[in-house]
Amino acid sequence: MKYDEIRLDHRVILEWVEPGSTVLDLGCGTGELLYVLIKEKRVRGQGVEIDTQSIYKCVAKGLTVLHGDIDSGLAEYKKNSFDYVILNQSLQQIKHVGQVLNDALHVGKKVVVGFPNFAHYKSRFQVFFGGKVPVTGALPFQWYETPNLHFLSISDFVNYCRLRKIKIEKEICLSKRGVVRAYRNLFAQTGIFLVSK
Amino acid sequence: MAGTKIVLEGDGVGLVETRYFTFSDFELEEGGRIDLVTIAYETYGTLNEKKNNAILILHALSGDAHVAGINSGQNNPGWWDPLIGSGRAFDTNKYFIICSNVLGGCRGSTGPATVNAKTGRPYALDFPVITINDMVDAQKRLVDSFGVDKLLAVVGGSMGGMQVLSWLTRYPDKIRSAIPIATAARHSPQQIAFGEVGRQAIMADPQWKYGNYYDGFYPAKGLAVARMIGHITYMSDVSMADKFGRQRKDKAQPHKFSADFEVEGYLRYRGENFIKRFDANSYLYITKAMDHFDASQGKALQDVLCGIKARVMLIAFKSDWLYPVYQSKEILKACKLSGVDATYCEIESTYGHDAFLLEVKEETHLIGHFLKKVFYEYEVTGHYEI
Repeated sequence: MKYDEIRLDHRVILEWVEPGSTVLDLGCGTGELLYVLIKEKRVRGQGVEIDTQSIYKCVAKGLTVLHGDIDSGLAEYKKNSFDYVILNQSLQQIKHVGQVLNDALHVGKKVVVGFPNFAHYKSRFQVFFGGKVPVTGALPFQWYETPNLHFLSISDFVNYCRLRKIKIEKEICLSKRGVVRAYRNLFAQTGIFLVSK
Repeated sequence: MAGTKIVLEGDGVGLVETRYFTFSDFELEEGGRIDLVTIAYETYGTLNEKKNNAILILHALSGDAHVAGINSGQNNPGWWDPLIGSGRAFDTNKYFIICSNVLGGCRGSTGPATVNAKTGRPYALDFPVITINDMVDAQKRLVDSFGVDKLLAVVGGSMGGMQVLSWLTRYPDKIRSAIPIATAARHSPQQIAFGEVGRQAIMADPQWKYGNYYDGFYPAKGLAVARMIGHITYMSDVSMADKFGRQRKDKAQPHKFSADFEVEGYLRYRGENFIKRFDANSYLYITKAMDHFDASQGKALQDVLCGIKARVMLIAFKSDWLYPVYQSKEILKACKLSGVDATYCEIESTYGHDAFLLEVKEETHLIGHFLKKVFYEYEVTGHYEI
């Protein structure tokens, strides 16, 4: 794998994570991000994933993974067990978001949250002019097959953090082309936040 | 076993021989001692010069040292044969595999059926109480005899998994990894209850005679019933329905209460087969050892696991109701709290507890990759440049 082949959102997280730290990746999929973090930043990483085939792929990569729901067993870790807990592209699929974020902020010193921005202008067009639930690059599913339970925008998440007194340490918003610096809630497809309690 | 056709990858180990290791003065956990202990074992593959490629496989209640290959003059492959051999999960090109029959067993190791040198008669119930930890201590003597200081892995399912946990918690510096499969840190009341019904079946058999049956008739009926109960708990509702349904046996039966359903015939067959190869007293001693086992040694399990460097891979099966997944998750929880590096996999299977002997493809993948990681000491596989 070359640097260019690493997903843009993974590159952002790779930049943020301190070398040699401990990481818990919730909803780690086939373990791409964990793999890169261990290779590049020498982190001690652990993944949680519900999909059986993905777990098998993680094991083949040599990763330490736990087979199960994100929501189950997260609170079993001691406080500050990890330097980072990562919820990348998984937050919108969790049933009890508030509880999981709370637990993540408890067991991790910092939490990385990455999610698709529902207020991207393409989605807005599709709702406004097409009158249809948006199907875009970041939200590629039809309404009847989406795994997403929650639809949120970058502004929604920022508001949520303000309400719950969660500190936003860093944020980077991405479109297909790269970092979005202005009108991020309109032009970004993905928001990635580094937050702490 | 449900007798599924298993497509084998790689080559098996072929013709193998059971060997015997003897040592003296063995002190037991509960206070007794055995003057002379023999442990039956088999090995496959070659111990390398560094002696860092040895894997110990631990068998379940009714298993034995014959885990792979074929013994001369017999055609039964070992109980985990599809996983062991060249190119298989336990790759005999790389690793040196040891499997021994447990202390208290009846498949070549010292147990209640062994003749006591002092009396010239089988021990029977004079055999001292043994524990899972005693079984492990006897294995350790065997492992030491090979000059192996640190095992690459200890692996086992069910009671074998309990021995894995005993190794992990009592000899953490003597192993680099542990793979407990379909097991528990301690038996639940339900598991103890099933053990007790099995024991009662044996002891209710008039031929049992307080264990002194070696010169006369054998408590065959009692042991067969114990085995039948066991087999019910090893399968699942679904696997029984798939295997037998409500099929009637085709032979006309001459009397009432005969085995007219397929499942009845199967259980009877399993029971009758078992008495040919298993000692009733061994069954009593070993099931008691399982019931008394507690990996947490009276503390919280996470306190016992604290500071352990060995890597752990826990495997559980969704349809296993004898050793339900929650018991593996309890071990996982203790690993999380103590900071032990643990991977946990829950395999989709309808076979029930028997799955650990049958889900060969999944276990091959998980165990094979995990062992490679531990053996080559890599964090993650492969190479790429940035």
